[in-house]
Amino acid sequence: MPIALYILVMAGVTYLIRMIPFTFFRKKIKSRFFRSFLYYIPYAVLTAMTIPAIFYSTENFITALAGTAVALILAFFDLPLIVVALSASLAAFLTGLFL
Amino acid sequence: MRSDNRHEFLRGMAHGIPISLGYLSVSFGFGILAFKLGLSAFTASVISASNLTSAGQAIGVKVIAAGGTLLEMVLVQLVINMRYSLMALSLSQKLHPSFTTGHRLACSYGITDEIFAVCSGQPKLITPAYMYGMILIAAAGWITGTALGGVAGEILPDSVSDAMKIVLYSMFIAIVVPPARKDRRVLAVVIAAAALSTLFRYVLTFVSEGFAVIICAAAAAAFGAALFPHEEEKEAET
Repeated sequence: MPIALYILVMAGVTYLIRMIPFTFFRKKIKSRFFRSFLYYIPYAVLTAMTIPAIFYSTENFITALAGTAVALILAFFDLPLIVVALSASLAAFLTGLFL
Repeated sequence: MRSDNRHEFLRGMAHGIPISLGYLSVSFGFGILAFKLGLSAFTASVISASNLTSAGQAIGVKVIAAGGTLLEMVLVQLVINMRYSLMALSLSQKLHPSFTTGHRLACSYGITDEIFAVCSGQPKLITPAYMYGMILIAAAGWITGTALGGVAGEILPDSVSDAMKIVLYSMFIAIVVPPARKDRRVLAVVIAAAALSTLFRYVLTFVSEGFAVIICAAAAAAFGAALFPHEEEKEAET
């Protein structure tokens, strides 16, 4: 399948998800279950994407483990996104030097 | 009125600078990831310019690399980006009257987690010029970083580019951990999602990665919604 077709579908779906409620929808969602579901979705999605894929992200389990540990610790102390992301990467790189 | 617009546009750009810098480094990781999956720097940049979202793109290029179906792509993007609907809904409540349908159609493109967070933190109503300024500078950072990452993927030694591929995932950790630490209900949902995802990875291996993410996320969020219905005022923070 041509890559352009994939990109068109990706971009189209992503745009519609943002555009439809932003442009047309004015009412509030009433269902408490659905509101809660939408509240939890980002965390559930990001976690399912990250665990366990992050352990295979750097092509080496040990360096990935070091990066993950640093990310978890820094995130626990509420450090900014960039700091967490770059420190994890640095930790994975430095660990790789010793293997 | 014209100078007002100019002022609002510049204010939006100023507020967008930290977002842009963050995007620059994260999308650099995306560029490298895309390169490792066999996509060119140009293709990766087109994806970044047309999608402007981290998680959706990260899983999207995996679906492309794995030769997944278009239906899988649609469902993956729907579930992963569904949160934007809620943000768009919330933002639509605090738009300045000058926000015509045309402006809404254009600004919809730029509703990301970070832009939403900054806009909803504004005490004033949001004007189109303010959002355009912020989206412009944020998207510039996102696209530039992707292009640089895609090119760097070819140049950098594997030891560096492999280490950079953890950037996106660690950003997700940085988004999830602080609320999970403060709110046990979020923590329960996160643990459920991690457990399910691990199960799919090692046991239910016949399910493709994209669908596994959808099933795990929907099940964990439904579990949370059924057991711990969420109070309304927290909604805006997602």
